[in-house]
Amino acid sequence: MMFARAVGDPNRVYYDDEYAAKTEVGHVIAPPTFVQSSAQFDPNYGLRPKPGQPWFGSGKEASGAARGGGGGGGGGGGGTGLHAEQHYEYHRQVRPGDVLIPTSKPGKTWEREGRRGGKLHFSESVTEYRDQDGELVVTARSVGVRTEKTVEQG
Amino acid sequence: MALSAKNLKAGDTHEEVVVDDLKRTQVVMYAGASGDYNPLHTDEIFATKVAGYPTVFAHGMLTMGMTGTMLTNYVGDGRLTKYGVRFVSQVWPGDTLTARAEVEAVREENGQHLVDLKISTVNQDGREVLTGSATARVDP
Repeated sequence: MMFARAVGDPNRVYYDDEYAAKTEVGHVIAPPTFVQSSAQFDPNYGLRPKPGQPWFGSGKEASGAARGGGGGGGGGGGGTGLHAEQHYEYHRQVRPGDVLIPTSKPGKTWEREGRRGGKLHFSESVTEYRDQDGELVVTARSVGVRTEKTVEQG
Repeated sequence: MALSAKNLKAGDTHEEVVVDDLKRTQVVMYAGASGDYNPLHTDEIFATKVAGYPTVFAHGMLTMGMTGTMLTNYVGDGRLTKYGVRFVSQVWPGDTLTARAEVEAVREENGQHLVDLKISTVNQDGREVLTGSATARVDP
């Protein structure tokens, strides 16, 4: 429900059991981009501050530390890492009680000269989310891009 | 709720304003919900002084999520089989986004009726911020 709230979707199928029971799917489901929040459970996710470790966001200084590493599916690491593409294939709907176990593997990498961000380094990662029985639920393909410089505006 | 193949044809469109005057607070909410705390999205000092951007900007995945609301409103809950996007421009606080789906094809595969959609989300200046495609199950 927190996730649906954050994307501004008031659809009751994402949180109201009684309402969802009367819909075609018959139970509460997760919004289409929900598996992105698996970052919450990744102990090494680089875009979350961790106790006792340096963090690159502002404190006394504009940037407190060196940039953190990239996180799987999170669209690249700090400063110049941006999320370029995200693709999902749904094999079935995610429902409450599911325990989804992600397995990520790196995909292709390629480069191209950008118009606004200098040389662009793209890298792909494919994540399979399987449930407690090993059944494939969602396949996600994420493309991150590392830009040479800050993306020009306009 | 669900769409029906017999009532759909290539070129049909559906669009919704998915956010009006995006607030920084919503970007913070998305950071908390998704777990992506990249300071580019929520830390004005870092985004401007270190990264060199005019202000913080929204997670691409927030735009994909908001565009997803338009999609599920159109095709019905639990009907999507594929949804993929490219983030083509940044989304800034204050932006108003309109997400649009256009029917590219209505087809049958293994006895299942499917609709292929082309997706585009634009800001208040008509600049495209997200492009993509989706496939959904529809009724006969």
